[in-house]
Amino acid sequence: MGGDTILFQKYYRTIYLIAFVLLAVYSLSIGVQDFSFTALLNGESSQLTLAVISRLPRLASILLTGAMLSVAGMIMQSITSNKFVSPSTAGTMEWCRFGVMIAMVLFSQATTGQKVFIAFIIALLGTMLFMKILQKVKIKDQVMTPLIGMMLGSVVSSVTTFVAYRLDIIQNMSSWLQGSFALILKGNYELLYLGIPCLILSMIYANHFTIAGMGDSFAKNLGLRYEHILFIGLSLVSIMTSIVVVNVGSIAFIGLIIPNLLSMIKGDNVKKNVIDCALWGAGFVLICDIFSRIIIYPYELPISVVVSVVGSILFLFLIRRKKR
Amino acid sequence: MIEVKQVTKVYDQFPVLNEIDVCLPEEKIIAFIGSNGTGKSTLLSIIGRTLEKNGGHVYIDDIELALWKSQELAKHLSILQQAQQSIVRLTVEELVGFGRFPHSQGRLSQEDQQHINRAIAYLELDHLRTRYLDELSGGQRQLAYIAMVLAQDSHYIFLDEPLNNLDMKHATQIMKVLRKLVDELHKTVLVVIHDINFVSYYSDHIIALKEGKIVAQGSTDEIIRPDVLKEIYDIEMTIKEIDGKRFCLYFE
Amino acid sequence: MTMLKALTKQKKIILLTALVLLTVCLLYLLPQLNASNYQYFLNKRGTKIIAILLTGFSIGVSALSFQTITNNKLITPNVMGLESLYMFIQTFIIFIWGSKELSMMTSYTQFFLSIGFMMMASWGLFNLVFKKENQDIYRLVLTGMVLGSLFGGLSSFMQVLLDPNEFTILQGKMFASFNNVNVSLLGISCLLILPCSYILIKDRHALNVLSLGRSSSINLGVNYYRLVKRQLMMSAVLISISTALVGPITFLGILVVSLTRKLLNTYRHQEMMIEVTLLSGTFLLAATYLVERVFSFNTTVSVIINFIGGVYFIYLIIKERQK
Repeated sequence: MGGDTILFQKYYRTIYLIAFVLLAVYSLSIGVQDFSFTALLNGESSQLTLAVISRLPRLASILLTGAMLSVAGMIMQSITSNKFVSPSTAGTMEWCRFGVMIAMVLFSQATTGQKVFIAFIIALLGTMLFMKILQKVKIKDQVMTPLIGMMLGSVVSSVTTFVAYRLDIIQNMSSWLQGSFALILKGNYELLYLGIPCLILSMIYANHFTIAGMGDSFAKNLGLRYEHILFIGLSLVSIMTSIVVVNVGSIAFIGLIIPNLLSMIKGDNVKKNVIDCALWGAGFVLICDIFSRIIIYPYELPISVVVSVVGSILFLFLIRRKKR
Repeated sequence: MIEVKQVTKVYDQFPVLNEIDVCLPEEKIIAFIGSNGTGKSTLLSIIGRTLEKNGGHVYIDDIELALWKSQELAKHLSILQQAQQSIVRLTVEELVGFGRFPHSQGRLSQEDQQHINRAIAYLELDHLRTRYLDELSGGQRQLAYIAMVLAQDSHYIFLDEPLNNLDMKHATQIMKVLRKLVDELHKTVLVVIHDINFVSYYSDHIIALKEGKIVAQGSTDEIIRPDVLKEIYDIEMTIKEIDGKRFCLYFE
Repeated sequence: MTMLKALTKQKKIILLTALVLLTVCLLYLLPQLNASNYQYFLNKRGTKIIAILLTGFSIGVSALSFQTITNNKLITPNVMGLESLYMFIQTFIIFIWGSKELSMMTSYTQFFLSIGFMMMASWGLFNLVFKKENQDIYRLVLTGMVLGSLFGGLSSFMQVLLDPNEFTILQGKMFASFNNVNVSLLGISCLLILPCSYILIKDRHALNVLSLGRSSSINLGVNYYRLVKRQLMMSAVLISISTALVGPITFLGILVVSLTRKLLNTYRHQEMMIEVTLLSGTFLLAATYLVERVFSFNTTVSVIINFIGGVYFIYLIIKERQK
């Protein structure tokens, strides 16, 4: 190994963090309304309001969304010991949307909290159903698992769409179909901060998830309660996904590609990787968001469109590589 | 007559067959032997045109493989490889009927029906004719596929590891059928077989491959010798003769 | 009675399906007809029935052929993302050449251009997939699904570029759906179906042989590569037709082909092709009937079909035995 590589490894996180902060600052500065840091420092109140009401909430939600989705993906990949599984390829996102729909049916004026709670319960049940189906499938193929997940997801989606059409809430629903940061403002995004304790819990339990991924008997052999760990893992995945779906909308592929890129570059140690995973996820969404805002400025592309284009290209590349 | 000239096959820049030249004798059981990965099956598939070669020529009755019309060639040459699982369920009779495709293009005539009946009788499958393939044992299924090839009524018959995973009863039954095909119907049969004693007992001619090249060829008597086999397999073998047949012992 | 007895089990099932389809057709066609409005209604409903039958044929037959050439029961062109590709090509054509009213619905040139691109894509698929030895089929499916979402993403991307304010409305304008059948392409689609049917009739025996697998079919004198290429090209045309007429219906193909296999239990494509056409016609028409008369347009046909088809697909995967 050359000296350069070691040097890079040693300082990589510092370099990454510097780049990250620069990007974050740049992200704050773009938008339809003019915004300048000098003006802000000079104490112009309009600039301060703009930052506090719109720009800072947006930045916070971008970072949290990226971190949560990629960590959720990593947990799912550890638990199933399958590199192709993530909230968007296991149907979790579609279950969340189903949950949101249920919340809107139950409470005509559902609060964000109610939506998150119901989406969480439904997503958890749905993801558990997915795990049950996996155990039943006789073809043990790495690629089979996401295939089943995506099929299950599309079935759930069709039910959601069906009911939404029937009850005439399809207009309200469609905002959950396409993730977007455009509507994030102070006062409507704070629930995303719930993600922080979830991320911390994920770090604490990271090792357990890897062991659970080795299978029931292996986990028992090491003195772990398999069902217990599975439940914690799936709960974390479901709650993080629900928070994002309710507040931002569904964004596919993040949970899939970030952990995969990470393991390609840094190997498969979940414990070490959780922090990097969160950082990379946040960085990825940050870059995609900047891209979505400048490419047709002053208009904005939905973030889910950008992520699905970039993400699917990266994913295809991963599938080819995995071919051995 | 089958002639192979300078045939080469490369997988991912790794040569599996290296400029093979060989001329195959007629009306014999010809066995291809060699360790795993030496290119036996590859060679058989190339001559049987299920695999494309990267260089060289194969002449079947003096015509290059590529110049044959696929339908015509299927009347002269048949190849049976490990059967893929099919997405449709077929009965034994339906499968054997497919063997007549090169002759009838799917519309079975009276004559085709006779060929089918004869092939089924030849492999003693009459009691199984209406059974579905997935209900049969591995050995019975292999017999059914051989019956299909027989109904195809070609002069050359290629079989790629026909004894794989079969019990002794079915393995010997298949080898006896192949023997009969050569002795009674004057076919030329090419087989890839791993068990050297089956080769020694049933075949007439042997072609041995090692690292993508032919290292030995000749009649069975010329090849089943300790020195030649040592060259082919890199292991010591003792040869014992019982009732005029040679047996190889290599368990020491 | 004696005539019925002479029929094989398969022919009886086909006859039965045909009767069901006829019943559904009549149920759809006849209600609320009277002397004053029959012309209008018959015309309107009749065109829709024709469009649905054409779609049923296209989707069913292309799915059947695709499963045979890939030798896998879980694959159809729709699952492989070919519909999204068609929609992507449509959007791309508008994006490049522009179109004043942003409406594709009537243009023959654009229709044929799309079909041309689809055939090129099938050609690429052929070279990438079928020319290679030992392809991993599940990886292929996953790649197809991801490509589908890539094309979907690229399409919405270009739609946003075309009209950032109203891109969701644009989608409705540009693409056909069951509520918005593209009648103007009906005639040309009927014409295009003819050569496809000719190919199918010509290849029916070869397709039967192909269901034994690649090496067995080469052994039996089938010109494997030429057959696969021709069938893929035909599927490209058929998928273009169905997507242009009524929009995407991803899981219909897998549903009807699997049901046909189960019902007929035969290898004979001549019978399976008739049955898939009848079955998918029945499903589509029944779904349309439900949507228009029972739910009074409060949902879409593809939602119903995707639900039934998706559930059935998962059931199939669970049942599929390890090879």
